[in-house]
Amino acid sequence: MGKASGSTASVAKSSKLHNFFVYVRQHWQLYALFIMPAFLLTIIFRYIPMGGILIAFLEYNPIRGILGSEWVGMEHFARFLSSPDFMRYLMNTLKLSVFGLLWGFPIPILLAFLLNRILSTKTKQRIQLVLYMPNFISVIVLCGIVRILLSPTGMVNSLLGTQINFMTMPSAFRTIYIASGIWQGAGWASIIYTAALSNASKELKEAAVIDGANIIQQIKAVEWPAIKDTVLIQFIMAVGNIMSIGFEKAYALQTDMNMSSSEIISTYVYKKGLLDGDYGFSTAVGLFNTVINVILLVSMNKIVQGMNEGKGI
Amino acid sequence: MENKKKKSEFSKYPIEDKTILIIGYILLGLFVVAIILPMVYIILASFIDPVTLQNKGLTFDFNKWTLTAYERVLGNSQIWVGFKNALIYSILFTIISVVITLLAAYPMSRPDFKGKGFFNTLFVITMFFGGGLIPTYLLISNLGMLDTIWAILIPPAFSVWNMIIARTYYMGIPRDLQEAAEIDGANEMVYFFKILLPVCTPIIATISMWQFVGMWNSYFDALIYLNSASKQPLQLVLRSILIQSQPDPGMVSDMQSTAERARLAELLKYATIIISSVPLMIMYPFFQKYFDNGIMAGAVKG
Repeated sequence: MGKASGSTASVAKSSKLHNFFVYVRQHWQLYALFIMPAFLLTIIFRYIPMGGILIAFLEYNPIRGILGSEWVGMEHFARFLSSPDFMRYLMNTLKLSVFGLLWGFPIPILLAFLLNRILSTKTKQRIQLVLYMPNFISVIVLCGIVRILLSPTGMVNSLLGTQINFMTMPSAFRTIYIASGIWQGAGWASIIYTAALSNASKELKEAAVIDGANIIQQIKAVEWPAIKDTVLIQFIMAVGNIMSIGFEKAYALQTDMNMSSSEIISTYVYKKGLLDGDYGFSTAVGLFNTVINVILLVSMNKIVQGMNEGKGI
Repeated sequence: MENKKKKSEFSKYPIEDKTILIIGYILLGLFVVAIILPMVYIILASFIDPVTLQNKGLTFDFNKWTLTAYERVLGNSQIWVGFKNALIYSILFTIISVVITLLAAYPMSRPDFKGKGFFNTLFVITMFFGGGLIPTYLLISNLGMLDTIWAILIPPAFSVWNMIIARTYYMGIPRDLQEAAEIDGANEMVYFFKILLPVCTPIIATISMWQFVGMWNSYFDALIYLNSASKQPLQLVLRSILIQSQPDPGMVSDMQSTAERARLAELLKYATIIISSVPLMIMYPFFQKYFDNGIMAGAVKG
């Protein structure tokens, strides 16, 4: 291959290529059998739709297809950004995830500290079993539970002695969403901290106890340092996901009455696109969301690199 | 005996530590109660006559208890169709997705695999960036997959996250095993299936569990891709009962007035929640260790 060329660079290059082909011939199964299914699925179902993003710039007509539809440029984006709904949906999305993070993030850590202080292993395991259980309830069943407990004749109202219909109150939506999320997920999320705490050096802790450290001092000197890194990583990942708040739960908790606080970008994309058939506009809104998410992730990764001596996530 | 030991351990703490511990135990106790209370309420309410429940709430006058709700929900074919579909989809999805993911993780775990950087970039980008709802929907539609089970089984079958977890696990397996196999003349296939996979059962179990529960509990893909009533998985059947308050007419149609029907539809929700949650809840303690393993595997990479 490289015989005809005189320059060393191209010889090196072609021999590298040659090595590559030899490797592939020897290990063809790695390519043809092991990685091929994943490769094809990724190309077909992940990359081809990325090309479909063009729809965001078209007045898309399903019959004429992407090439036959009229090019409208940034019109859909302009329409979305200038509509009065834009700010509301963006703020609903952000508030839901930011407040969800502020309330939801510390509680699993607290639970892990509390669990760590239980003296009997048996009791601890029983409590863990209960704490983890709600994690296996599906979104639909969780929202079903929320709806019947909060209905005018449900458990919460009979405890309060009132007949308030919480599901129709825009002001109650975020609290419902976040509190039910904590109810379902806090126990499960504490596992990772519980594990990190149990890795805290036993000897260090015993030494601290012998030195007469009280619980607060033990937490400061032994336990917090043991979970600090885990907390940081979890926090960064959570911040990176702030815009990717899911469709399923918000949609299942929406009612006609609470829409002013419960309509978020993902539910709006679904309704505009699949229910109204406004493909171009819906794709533009979705793309807007993805782009913000990517920007958030990239900047979080930069921050981590700064703190972690060049190593990102 | 154990109790005594616990007591003496507790009494060793100085007084201010005892205060902190007691406050902590109370907090934890409150959280546990907050989790259990709604579950207990729903279990009890599911047995109570709808009129009584609406007017008086929970009662322990057992004359007012009834199995009507369970009879109606279980006696209706819709929920059984949902269960059957969910079981089929979840099992098929678990098999397809775990096989594809485990296979892909193997080359990615080999230090000598040429093209690793390329594939890695290709896969990881999809974790953060995608075409979005409409382009994906149009593709599925153009491929003729609408209203077929393949629309919900195939597109999400390769999980990059699980691939990374499996790869990390493979890399923890001593290389000697592979070198020994190569000397014995075993090729990739033999090494992978006969030597590597058998020592990876914990991670395989964990990933399978995740995929199964994930498919069982999700509803979005089925909502957008499956239209036929006969193809609906359990979660969509539950959605019409629990969220839309529109149970299958067969469950409530014998009631005379609209008010009665509405009341019954409310009662059916309690029983439906119990019926649909029982299978996973029963399975869960047995599989708990696999889930815990998985969380840790994710943490290693995270």
